[in-house]
Amino acid sequence: MLWTQDYVSRGDFVENKNILEVKNLRTSFFTHVGEVKAIRGVGFHLKEGEAIGIVGESGSGKSVTSMSIMKLIQDPGKIVDGEIIFKEKDLVEFTQKEMQKIRGNEIAMIFQDPMTSLNPVFTIGNQIIEVIRKHKKMSKKEARKKAIEMLTLVGIPSPDKRVDQYPHEFSGGMRQRAMIAMALSCEPSLLIADEPTTALDVTIQAQILELMKNLKNEINTSIILITHDLGVVADVCSRIIVMYGGLIMEEATSEEIFYNPKHPYTKGLLKSIPKIDLGESQRLIPIEGTPPDLLNPPKGCPFAARCSDSMRICKEKQPPYFYTNEEHRAMCWLLHEDAPKTDTKAKGGIAIG
Amino acid sequence: MDKQKEVLMKVNHLKKYFEIKKGFIRSKIDYVKAVDDISFDIYKGETLGLVGESGCGKSTTGRTIIRLYKPTSGEIIYDGVDLSHKNEKEILPYRKKIQMIFQDPYASLNSRMTIGDIIGEPMDIHNIATGKERLEIIHNLLSKVGLSSGHAIRYPHEFSGGQRQRIGIARALAVNPEFIICDEPISALDVSIQAQVVNMLSDLQKELGLTYLFIAHDLSMVRHISDRVGVMYLGKIVEIGKCDDVYNHPSHPYTKALLSAIPIPEPIVMKEKKRIILEGDVPSPMNPPSGCRFRTRCRYATKKCIEIEPKMREVEKGHFSACHLL
Repeated sequence: MLWTQDYVSRGDFVENKNILEVKNLRTSFFTHVGEVKAIRGVGFHLKEGEAIGIVGESGSGKSVTSMSIMKLIQDPGKIVDGEIIFKEKDLVEFTQKEMQKIRGNEIAMIFQDPMTSLNPVFTIGNQIIEVIRKHKKMSKKEARKKAIEMLTLVGIPSPDKRVDQYPHEFSGGMRQRAMIAMALSCEPSLLIADEPTTALDVTIQAQILELMKNLKNEINTSIILITHDLGVVADVCSRIIVMYGGLIMEEATSEEIFYNPKHPYTKGLLKSIPKIDLGESQRLIPIEGTPPDLLNPPKGCPFAARCSDSMRICKEKQPPYFYTNEEHRAMCWLLHEDAPKTDTKAKGGIAIG
Repeated sequence: MDKQKEVLMKVNHLKKYFEIKKGFIRSKIDYVKAVDDISFDIYKGETLGLVGESGCGKSTTGRTIIRLYKPTSGEIIYDGVDLSHKNEKEILPYRKKIQMIFQDPYASLNSRMTIGDIIGEPMDIHNIATGKERLEIIHNLLSKVGLSSGHAIRYPHEFSGGQRQRIGIARALAVNPEFIICDEPISALDVSIQAQVVNMLSDLQKELGLTYLFIAHDLSMVRHISDRVGVMYLGKIVEIGKCDDVYNHPSHPYTKALLSAIPIPEPIVMKEKKRIILEGDVPSPMNPPSGCRFRTRCRYATKKCIEIEPKMREVEKGHFSACHLL
């Protein structure tokens, strides 16, 4: 088993070009009670045309990660350290003015709540046209045509009429489609979707996920999907990052995460959700306790306090990443070669078949 | 559940319409048919799950049978007594027997009251205990839901979402209810905390012999906790039956689509899974479609579905479904 000390993701193993590389990112919020370390050294990479998922509970730092990439962190928050390499340029160094050219144009974002992220006093069409005209040299007429085209692409019925309607005339699922149309209107190379389906019903969620999968295949957009729903990432993403306490706990392909999880937190998450295909309902195994307070983050592993297999070292020293294969890494002392084998609890996850 | 099916609550043709006033003098009245003619039984000691998309009327059903809303018509028979036309005073003793746990643990606790007072308030209203005895009950309840007695003097903002939901449960238990309506009790909580609360609910059910009406949109959680499940669409129950029957062989096209839409946290299963993607959105409950309400999104819809509203029929023992195609 090989293991390295650094946080730098191992992009050099892949031939396909990295579109985004985040290295040792740290973002903190300087509140009146002290520094809240929301992200404490996060590193990952994203290839062209790839969809990755970031999962974690509230407060794990998944949304702050995406906001940092977009540089939308507002006072009192600040990116303290790290690099965000997007197309060979470091976004951390960019000014807000330079970022405005990137946002909406090269990196687009879909937010959780479509009800609050659309402006109620402008028509859907106007809002899409604004984005297009901001970034592309197009006449109003051309932009309008493009807006209708985008609405057609995301499956809004009679788009030539809908384009002149206001957000309140759209249902929740349609608003989210309109948001996606807006995000995709400048053909971004990276799409960040922050809980895009959390506010929607399952049937509408299925529509939106289907749409995102098609878009990925059709226009080769890279996608970062942020969610707390493990089922959603299993459907769309090929690689999954599990976050907890401002750190990446585990990263692997989705098959590995679901069928061969290595980190006790990932195992715990998988065990605490009911399995729909099992005949009789078994008792759920919850993760006891609550997430750590990031105002005073624990010295060792952030999960140590809730982990049933924690050892003395877990509370004292933050574990490095242990690689079980090229694409699978986990931050856990149990993977150290001297660690005791916890075979009873290591089963976890979901058995295949 | 087959031992002795004693009906605890019988809901007959329950309707709840909300009035909408329109126009300049706000006179023109329209109705939102939130719950439109539903009937079901809840047996003693069981958990009945109620699922459906937002706006289908599942929460209104819960709130109407606990009489937070006055039903437009229909009967709510609890233990042989019709609650639907009782006034506030007459309903009070039943409020003690039927309690509710709310969705949002942040909004359902008064932020200016201590936890002890929040849990004690229902006991004051129903004159259950005072003084030392009251305090003792509060401490007992807190330990029952996994909190310590020291928490009684603290305020809601000092607790996390999962802990607040436990406080909400303790408050519901304070009057020794027989029947608890859980209105999306876990949807505001994180995955790892959801399991804690669900386990606690099922432990309490075993210990105290409670009956639950479990309202949720999380289909896999409903399957986990419920004995029977009812599927609602636009104010109607379209299918109801034992959990295993409904989930393993759903008969209504809507239930089939709903179940196929659940994302399962297993990549291999997801790749092979054939999804029924429903087109469009749920129609407005203000003027629902004629005939079968699901026909606008149903791919099997025929002329009959437009004209005649399907009746509930038994597809197998204890499993009912409202569809012409069966």
